[in-house]
Amino acid sequence: MSNLNKKHRIVITGIGLTAPNGNNLGEFRNSLLEGKSGISKNEIRYMGEQSAGFCDFDETKYQTRKSRRRGTRAGSIAIYCSNEALLDSGLNLEEVDKDRVGVYLGITEHGNVETEEEVYQMHQNDLDYKLWAPFHNPRTVANSPAGEVTLNLKITGPHYTIGAACAGGNMGIIQGLQMLRLGEVDYALAGGVSESPQTFGIFAGFNSQGALAHNPEDPTKSIKPLDINRNGIVISEGGAVYVLETLENAENRGAKIYAEIIGYHSNSDASSYVNPNTERQIQCIEKALKNAMISKEEVDIVNMHATGTGAGDISEAGAINKVFRDSKHTFVNFTKGHIGHSMGAAGALELAGNLPSFTDNKIHPGINCDDLDPECEISNLVLNGPKQVDEVNVILNNSFGMLGINSVVIVKKYK
Amino acid sequence: MTAQEVKNIVLKIITDIAPDEDVTSIDDNLTLREQIDLDSMDFLDIVMELRKRHKIEVPQEDYPKLATLKSCMDYLTPKFQTA
Repeated sequence: MSNLNKKHRIVITGIGLTAPNGNNLGEFRNSLLEGKSGISKNEIRYMGEQSAGFCDFDETKYQTRKSRRRGTRAGSIAIYCSNEALLDSGLNLEEVDKDRVGVYLGITEHGNVETEEEVYQMHQNDLDYKLWAPFHNPRTVANSPAGEVTLNLKITGPHYTIGAACAGGNMGIIQGLQMLRLGEVDYALAGGVSESPQTFGIFAGFNSQGALAHNPEDPTKSIKPLDINRNGIVISEGGAVYVLETLENAENRGAKIYAEIIGYHSNSDASSYVNPNTERQIQCIEKALKNAMISKEEVDIVNMHATGTGAGDISEAGAINKVFRDSKHTFVNFTKGHIGHSMGAAGALELAGNLPSFTDNKIHPGINCDDLDPECEISNLVLNGPKQVDEVNVILNNSFGMLGINSVVIVKKYK
Repeated sequence: MTAQEVKNIVLKIITDIAPDEDVTSIDDNLTLREQIDLDSMDFLDIVMELRKRHKIEVPQEDYPKLATLKSCMDYLTPKFQTA
């Protein structure tokens, strides 16, 4: 186990989230345990009805209507999640040095929504480029979602986003942890956000790749990770922001501690723009275990990235089988059957959905896998119904993305 | 188009740009910025909406003429009549 001192042990003390099937951890967890999908049929510009996951949180709960108009959907998601996380943590920003609070948010992409809308409006108005919004640049700079959080909460510490494709959520958490360990900040608001389904280009892109899930009869059954009949990704929005701080700080202020982040790793496939690389995923998982100084047998839950694409699911199943083949008590689940692929939010959101296992000792199932692909067979896969276990102590969270970015975060129950 | 109608158009745009503000008691003769929370970017937004919704162009050198509702009416009413 780790021999870090309490100044370098980083814990989660607050969680704020919005998912297509829940606007706080309790709602989200119940939906995951009950198999409640957040996927619905939605009209997408130029493309007609598509399965997608949209969130229905109250945008004006923490944000004025004017700032919402000026900002972005990703910013609004980030503001909601950050405020919820702070409330959950019991931390009063007025009582801390706001120069020592950092905001680190993973994103898959940013700016597509605004750019696409401006081009659309220009085409509706005889290509009058003077109608291009004066807010376009502040809306589309890559730091925008994190910057909106600082504007909203008057945080004066560092803020930026971490562009990491669909590993963004995990990478935001890792960045926050690293800045805390370096002593750069006292608190990190860290996680990931996504506004992806607000842009048709993402849908069109996955459609062109032959990787856009569809089920016109029942959108909730569109995305079928690991199922032999899977046909691709459902695009979703969402966000999860954590309050991270050192264990020493958390204990001193008597904070509720959800978990300790005990290990992580990130690496690159260096092999393809879009296709995964099993060997590099194996290395990423094994190096994260080494970083956490635990054995594979100590992992109770592995949350798969499992996007519902043929190549992605088979590659990851191969990696998990290689690493955990002999680990009899490691259970494996996935989250995208419930909520689709929330892109830059996925890693952070899916980790949050599993954290309550530390207290309820249940493992939420992956849903929509009715006919398991033989190439995705994994021991102890939890499918279509929750699993009750004696105790959950360690969760390992996979999150992989395009251009061959792999990330793994490992958290441990705090006792 | 009457000056009152132009005023209503401007107020409608302001309401859309700054939906949290109460525009019902704005004094026509006082600057908008001293009565409601508008910054320079909001004025750019007003100019943009006039162009998008009503094909009214406001050159940059004329932006000061949008300072009050009265000056808006004086400046924009002839433009609406020729638009």
